Amino acid sequence: MFDQFDPADDKMVQVIDNNGKVISKELMPKLSDEEILKLYKDMLFVRTLDQMIVSYQRQGRVYTYPPNYGQEAIGVAAGAVLRHEDWLVPAFRELGAWLAKGVTMREVFMFNMGFEEGTKFAGANHMLPSSVPIASQLLHASGIGYAINYQKKDEVVMAFVGDGGTSEGDFHEALNFAGVWKAPVIFVVQNNQYAISVPVKMQTASVNMAIKSKAYGINGIKVDGNDIFAMLTVFRYAHDYVRTEKQPVLIEAVTYRKGAHTTSDDPTKYRTTDEEKEWDLKDPLRRMKLFLEKKELWSDDKEKKLVDEYEKEIDRQFIETEQTVQYPLEDAIRFTYAEMPQDLRDQQIEHEKFLQWKNARK
Amino acid sequence: MNIVSAVNDALDIKLTEDKSVVVYGEDVGYEGGVFRVTEGLQKKHGVERVFDSPLAESGIAGTAVGMAAAGLRPVIEMQFCGFIYPAFNQIISHVARLHNRSRGRYRMPIVIRLPYGGGINALEHHSESMEAIFAHIPGLKVVVPSTPHDAKGLLISAIESDDPVLFLEPKRIYRAIKQEVSEEKFSVPIGKAKVLSEGTDVTVVAYGAMIREVQKAMVMAKEAGYSVELIDLRTIYPLDKETIAASVKKTGRIVFVGEEPRSFGVGSEIMAVANEEAFLHLEAPPKRVSAFDVIVPYPRGEHHYMITPDKIFYEIERTIKF
Repeated sequence: MFDQFDPADDKMVQVIDNNGKVISKELMPKLSDEEILKLYKDMLFVRTLDQMIVSYQRQGRVYTYPPNYGQEAIGVAAGAVLRHEDWLVPAFRELGAWLAKGVTMREVFMFNMGFEEGTKFAGANHMLPSSVPIASQLLHASGIGYAINYQKKDEVVMAFVGDGGTSEGDFHEALNFAGVWKAPVIFVVQNNQYAISVPVKMQTASVNMAIKSKAYGINGIKVDGNDIFAMLTVFRYAHDYVRTEKQPVLIEAVTYRKGAHTTSDDPTKYRTTDEEKEWDLKDPLRRMKLFLEKKELWSDDKEKKLVDEYEKEIDRQFIETEQTVQYPLEDAIRFTYAEMPQDLRDQQIEHEKFLQWKNARK
Repeated sequence: MNIVSAVNDALDIKLTEDKSVVVYGEDVGYEGGVFRVTEGLQKKHGVERVFDSPLAESGIAGTAVGMAAAGLRPVIEMQFCGFIYPAFNQIISHVARLHNRSRGRYRMPIVIRLPYGGGINALEHHSESMEAIFAHIPGLKVVVPSTPHDAKGLLISAIESDDPVLFLEPKRIYRAIKQEVSEEKFSVPIGKAKVLSEGTDVTVVAYGAMIREVQKAMVMAKEAGYSVELIDLRTIYPLDKETIAASVKKTGRIVFVGEEPRSFGVGSEIMAVANEEAFLHLEAPPKRVSAFDVIVPYPRGEHHYMITPDKIFYEIERTIKF
């Protein structure tokens, strides 16, 4: 597959077109109707959850949030291939993969409500917290890959970064280390065309992102990130390859950030509605829905009913989270060190004396 | 003007009068920065002089070294304080050293603009106040304005400085303070603190966004009958020891207020100055009102971290009553 889609030829793996028509039967992943529907429902859930968090943000109930809108296929496909023992090293825009690994909605809400408890991911086996400093997490993935080889484990690491992140030194160091160490890492670049306001053409002179793999002696492949079937085919292939060959892979998933960078950003400042409309036709849910409708597996009625159910459950859990969270002083301090230094404990005691004084004044 | 427009104005003035000035960083050009600090500058001065860089802080700082060596005066932006660390190698190894290493042959007239500080409910890595790290690096100057006037005047001095300057912008008060600021060019000297209020009972030393918090505490102090002298450091390095020492000799007491982690911070240096320069005048132990030695909590816990006016008042009173 890597030869067939050599990034030097700027080829891209695609299974369905914008109208949901299968254009490459041989690349269609083997899936039952039930599995196909699950993929769609997972994307729909991510989109619903994502949009509801954005609206909670508008209501002042959560802080800054980076929407996944338009990029749902990549995270959901990743979640479909990651096994319990595989590692997920996230950036911050692959919600489908988080949920598949076992991150709870409560944690997602708590993270966005401003609690560290929301990046503990207590129930997600082998997953690191979200990493804000761009691309820095990729080296962690290479390190985990080394540890997997050293411990002779049958595990795979999947690590995410955006198009902007490929400009950071850490991106290149991570690929280089993983290549030298033969670390079983799938590096995924979600190329959503923008790093905040900066378009991808100002980020690199490379013909695509996947070709950067060649400099590090590893395989790379470019995929239509808005085509869930193409994503799944490539992820399955890469997972198998990385596991058996003990070689890293670089996957470029071509997509579009339909929303803002974060809720603090206003994309109308730097892109046109014409461009947005063009990408609307490539929307991953739209395309898969057209595919499902051709197979008579899905309808607007079914969708409406399901979205209603999702919204009710999401809102129920959101309200429950809102009502049960608290942030005592101790929580700001106690995880700074595994072993608390006495000086830090003294700072807390001193502050508590002030709080007593403050409360007595009221 | 507010601090955002004052910084913009200073950049505009220097871009206009000095062709060697260039401004770049992530989202700095077309969009005008995530805080809109550089808004309109690309349109006015062109994409060759005000531009977006690839997303790489080390790259931004490292290329600035080359530009400076070749005769330009780069003003670079690090988007948030917590994103500067990839550039740390370039800053500590070259920005701060090339002048020395080349025995003065290559000057490093680089300004690194850095929005810093907490209190804006931001994500992790967006709220730190780690100026002490940079003040500790020989070869760097570290400047922090607290008003639009000083932001404009200090930035003009920074761009004109032949030494590299880390220019910290208190983003919490980016738009919170409005002030009449002259449209003309003027400068505020680097290395000079300012006595904002004269008083006799205690000297309070602060900078950046903490000035406003101290001023709120001073209202409480005044009601309690205390006379507070407030010094705005404005420059962290080189430190204006003279102004601090003269004030402590007058009041006999000193309280430092900073949103930095307490240990080994700017406050520690201020305590040293008070002891070294005014020891025999002290009537109470010098006091630091700083944050805990912890990572800035996510937004919901940030109130535990941030220094509040009542905490400042509490420590002022304890110092006076010692």
